[in-house]
This record gives sequence, C-alpha cells and structure tokens, in this order.
Amino acid sequence: MMEYLPNIIFAFVLVAGIGYFTRNVNRLRRNIKLGKDVDVSDNTGQRWRNMAKIALGQTKMVVRPIAGILHVIVYVGFIVINIEVLEIIIDGLLGTHRIFGSLGVLYDVLIASFEVLALLVIISVSAFWVRRNIIRLKRFIKPEMKGWPKQDGNMILYIELVLMILFLTMNAADYQLQQLDAAHYTKAGAFPISQIIAPLFEGLSISSLIVVERIAWWLHIVGILFFLNYLYYSKHLHILLAFPNTYYGKVKPKGQFKNLDAVTEEVKLMLDPSADPFAAPAEDAAEPEKFGASDVTDLNWVQLLNAYTCTECGRCTDECPANQTGKKLSPRKIMMDTRDRLEEVGKNLEANKGKFVEDNNQLLDNYITREELWACTTCNACVQACPVSIDPLSIIMDMRQYLVMEQSAAPTDLNNMMGNVENNGAPWPFNQMDRLNWANED
Amino acid sequence: MAEELKVPTMAELFAAGKSPEVLFWVGCAGSFDDRAKKITKAFVQLLTKANVSFAVLGTEESCTGDPAKRAGNEFLFQMQAMTNIEVMNAYEIKKIVTACPHCFNTIKNEYPGLGGKYEVVHHTQFLKQLFEEGRISLEGGKFKGKRITYHDPCYLGRANNIFEAPRELIRKLDAELVEMKSCKQRGLCCGAGGAQMFKEPEEGDKDVNIERTEQAMEVEPEIIAAACPFCNTMMTDGVKNKEKEDSVAVMDIAELIASAENL
Repeated sequence: MMEYLPNIIFAFVLVAGIGYFTRNVNRLRRNIKLGKDVDVSDNTGQRWRNMAKIALGQTKMVVRPIAGILHVIVYVGFIVINIEVLEIIIDGLLGTHRIFGSLGVLYDVLIASFEVLALLVIISVSAFWVRRNIIRLKRFIKPEMKGWPKQDGNMILYIELVLMILFLTMNAADYQLQQLDAAHYTKAGAFPISQIIAPLFEGLSISSLIVVERIAWWLHIVGILFFLNYLYYSKHLHILLAFPNTYYGKVKPKGQFKNLDAVTEEVKLMLDPSADPFAAPAEDAAEPEKFGASDVTDLNWVQLLNAYTCTECGRCTDECPANQTGKKLSPRKIMMDTRDRLEEVGKNLEANKGKFVEDNNQLLDNYITREELWACTTCNACVQACPVSIDPLSIIMDMRQYLVMEQSAAPTDLNNMMGNVENNGAPWPFNQMDRLNWANED
Repeated sequence: MAEELKVPTMAELFAAGKSPEVLFWVGCAGSFDDRAKKITKAFVQLLTKANVSFAVLGTEESCTGDPAKRAGNEFLFQMQAMTNIEVMNAYEIKKIVTACPHCFNTIKNEYPGLGGKYEVVHHTQFLKQLFEEGRISLEGGKFKGKRITYHDPCYLGRANNIFEAPRELIRKLDAELVEMKSCKQRGLCCGAGGAQMFKEPEEGDKDVNIERTEQAMEVEPEIIAAACPFCNTMMTDGVKNKEKEDSVAVMDIAELIASAENL
C-alpha cells in the first residue's frame, strides 16, 4: 500500500486542482450569462478565421513588434511545454518515469525543444518584468494599474519564471541521475540547457539527487495546478478566453453601431400616420425596455466576456486620443471596471443563495464616471488596438444611451446640438429650407 | 467663382421623369459650414467636369442622425434615419456619394437595418473611379513635388477600411505623400468624432486636434490633406493654433484635385 502513496497523493492533488478550477469556470459562466442575450450566429466562417488569426496566430500582438515577439515566445512555450505536463500527469498517476521516453529520438527532440523554449520563456519573462518595473512603460503605470492589477502583472511573471526554473532543475537532476545509471532513471531525452546547470549537482549522492529531482517535479506540477486556479482571480484569464472572445468579436465594420430594435418599434409607430397617438398601451404590453446600460446586467454577455478576457495590456488606452491628451477616459479602465463590478454582482449572488440583493452600487458613477464616458470620440482606436478583439467602445455607447435616453443627462452643448437636429435637421441652428443656399453663393 | 454652379435637385429631375447616376449627399457641414461649403463646391465642379449626372436632395435632405446616435440618442437618430430613408426610397435612390465620412458610415452601415439599402461611396472612392474610367484626368503640375500628409478620418479609415482611395488620389497629383507616425489603422482622431465637435472637451492636458496637428507638423508638410469636413475644421484650427496658417494649408482631397484641374 505504502508504495502507492505518491500515486494516491498525486491523484488527490490533481482532482482537487481540476475540481476547483471547474468551480471557477462555472462561476465565470454564471457571471457572463448575467448579460443580455445577443445573436452571434452570423458569419461563422469569418468568426473561425478571426479566432485562428487573432488568438491562435497572434496577428494583432505583433503590431507592436518587441512586446509581440516576446509574447509569441511565451505563448508558444506555454503550449508546447504543456505536452510535458501530459507526461507528468501519466507518470504521476502510474508511478512510471518519463513514460514517453520510449519514443526514442522523437523524445530527445521534444525534451530538447522544451528546454530551449523554457530558456527563451525565462528571457522573455525577464524582459517583460524589466518593461513593467525598470523601464516603466507608460501604459503599465496609469492610475488604474495601481494595487492589485500591478501586483497581478508581476505575480504572473514570477510564477512563469519559477515554473520554468523548476522544469530545468528537474531535468538537470534527472540528467545527472541518468549519468550515474540510477535505478528507475532510464536514459531518455536530450538536455541541451539543463546539462549546463547539471554541474551544480556534481558530487551529490544519488539519493540527494533523487530528492532534488522529486522536489522539482512535485513543485512543478503543483505550481501548474496553482497557476490554473490563479487564472480566475487574474487578468491572466486571457490565455483561455482569448479564443471565444476573438470568435464572438465584432464582425461588422467598426463604424457600424447597432440599431436598438426597441427604439425602431416606437419610431415606426410615431411616423405611422394611421397610428392612434392616444391609444392606451395593450393590457398585456411588456414593461418598456430600459434603454442603454447603467449596470453590468444591462450589457450583453459578449461585453461581459470581453471584460473577463481583458489582460490589462493597455494598448487601447495607449492609442486613445482622449487618454493621450490627459482626459480621464481609459478604455482599459472601462473593461476593468466592468469586470470588477460583475465580480461584485457575482459575489452578491453567492452570498444570497443565487438571488441578487440590492447593494446600491452600479457600474455608472460608482465605477465609471460620466466624465470618462463623454470624453470618448468614438474613433475605434481602442477596438483596433486590442489584440483579443475587445470592444470598450460598445460599453461606452450603451452607457451614453442610458444617460441620454433614460436620464436626459447629456452635456448642455449636446442637448443644444440634439435640439437643432430635431428642429432644423442639422446640428447647428440653420433652417432646413436654407440647405441648398451654398449652390448660389459665391 | 467663374461659372455659376449647376446643382440639380432630385425633385427637379423626378418631375422631369429623369433619374441621376448618383445622389450627392451633401451633409450638414457641406451645406452650412463656410469652410465645408468650399469642399462641396469643388466636388460639384469635378462632377460637372466628368459629366456625371447627379442630383442633391436640397431642402429635402436632413441630418443623417450620426451625431445624435454617437451622443447616445438612438431615438433621435432613428427618427432622422427613417425620415431620410422615406425620402430616398420615394426617389428610388440606388447610389449615393458623400464627402462626409460620418454621413457615409451612417448611411452605408446603419441605414440598411432600417430599410435604407443603397450603394454608398465616399467621394474619394468616387473620384478614384472617375480617374479609372478616364472621365477625369490630371496633368500633374500645380502640386508636383509638394509635401502632402494625409490625415485618415476615423469613420472612413478605421471604421470602414478605406485607406487607399484618398492616398491614390494624392499620388495622382505627383505630390510627395508623407505619412504621419500614426496613420492608416492607427491614425489618431482629430477630436471631432462621437459628437465631440458640438461640445467642449473634457478637462485634460491639451485638445486632441492640437496633438494631431503636432503629429502632422513633425513631417513638415506644405499641405495637410483631409477627407472629412470635421477633420478639416479641427486641423485648420490646429494649424492656426500653431500659427502656421501661412505655410501649411489644410485642404480636402476634392479641393486638391479641383485646384489641380484649374477649376
């Protein structure tokens, strides 16, 4: 029985890690589904292509070449090195060692490439850390990046660094054990990077080496499970959500804003000469729909998915004309606020047995101020900049709609403009009858 | 102006039982703004020179509703849209050209869902096509070798992926086209979009149009070419703010072509 103890502990850790992750995925799904329904069944071909190009192919990342290439390295490293995790899981459950070792030369190639990638990831992650903490790139030190977002950004880098060091340490000890013909440590794999660190372990006894190898092995897999569960509390969720998010991202021209169907019905009625303006609403008429958004539940679920997908890179904010000229608006903050408020609503549901209890809080004013909303030029620079197809502008627009149509709270200048459009058919106080005067003027 | 402009209206053509090749949607800025009216006239001169049969709606035209929609007033937008669509559908309009990217975007993308389905082109696309069809041609000259930088209007460029038509027209002038550091997909807004044109900006370090003008000045142009009446206003103000109006002109692409044609 005792000889199976490690296998049992491993199975337990694995089930616990995946189980808790599943719980978080369910929370995520529940929160996203708090959003209004939206039809995304169109353009399936284009949507798959977008996902393949933007998420899998990282095409928008490399618009900024330095960050882009470093990111591609970490991304490829993450995906490829995960093949090794599969082996670790099988070994852990069966008590085998390097079960894929029988693949021979192919295994050598695999392990060697994991090692090279691990080293490249270490270099890239270090470069990212320097960009955040030494060079202090402007987009990483904006006001919304204080506190947890800043720690989170570094935390991810530390975890990745530690995981890669553990992986190389494990291999270095293993390599040393293989050289010493230790039992159970069959000769398998090529170790171009770890054999450089292996001399550090020279002189250690086989039993000490096994301790080092086992500790690194266990910490590595436990670290991966920890990271998996860290995702939900972190901006790092993008490694999963970038895929659905790019699929569900906007497929229409960026300038096309959606037309509100509820408004169309009313406008048609108003323009219909045969409609009775004094008619009482039908008995069974549904309660009039709320226009626009003042809280997260007024947004649609794609917008909420957007919020969880945001990895706070700040490219949107960096390209935003309002932010560049010192206004309070930051598209990244719009996304972070939406996510934070959604989390708050989700926790409220959990604390109250699935029923939301009024908390006198909302997205508008409590998170996103009117000043931010009115500073937007709707130029779509943020939408263009996002490497994972997030649309902060759509949230800004929905909130403006709430302010104008539910609260009549537009800035005075805009009310004047709208009054002119309504009365004269132009945003300025000119008479529509003078619209062709230019043709006869000098 | 040398010649009186001949600007037929849809109502006149319709009464005569004729229908034009294209409806020229003038837009509010093109109709009322003194600077933009010059763009309107330059474009009409080009249409006339190319023998394009066109008409305007004149007093039957009304704001597309774009600024209302971007301000959040979907109600007012749809009122405007449906009124305009009713007028245009009654005239059986098939094709529309406009010199305003905001009108262009709204009619092209947001009207179809409300029953207004037309082929909509921006005047830079239309002019490019006139060149391709040989209906207008240019003999270089006037702008040869001039440094021209082109400012991408957000609602033409990023919003609708039209980056090349205006640039191709500038190349026809034999001018030296120089790009700003933010251009095409990453072009910086002039600051007028999203109904900002009609309100004071929020508090900040500087105005967006100044930032954009500074980017333009970095490439030392003789002319800043625009393709939107609102961008034109913003950039003109920016150039004045920098006290460069004597050395840097802000001109619409239609004005550049018309001027090169000595119209």
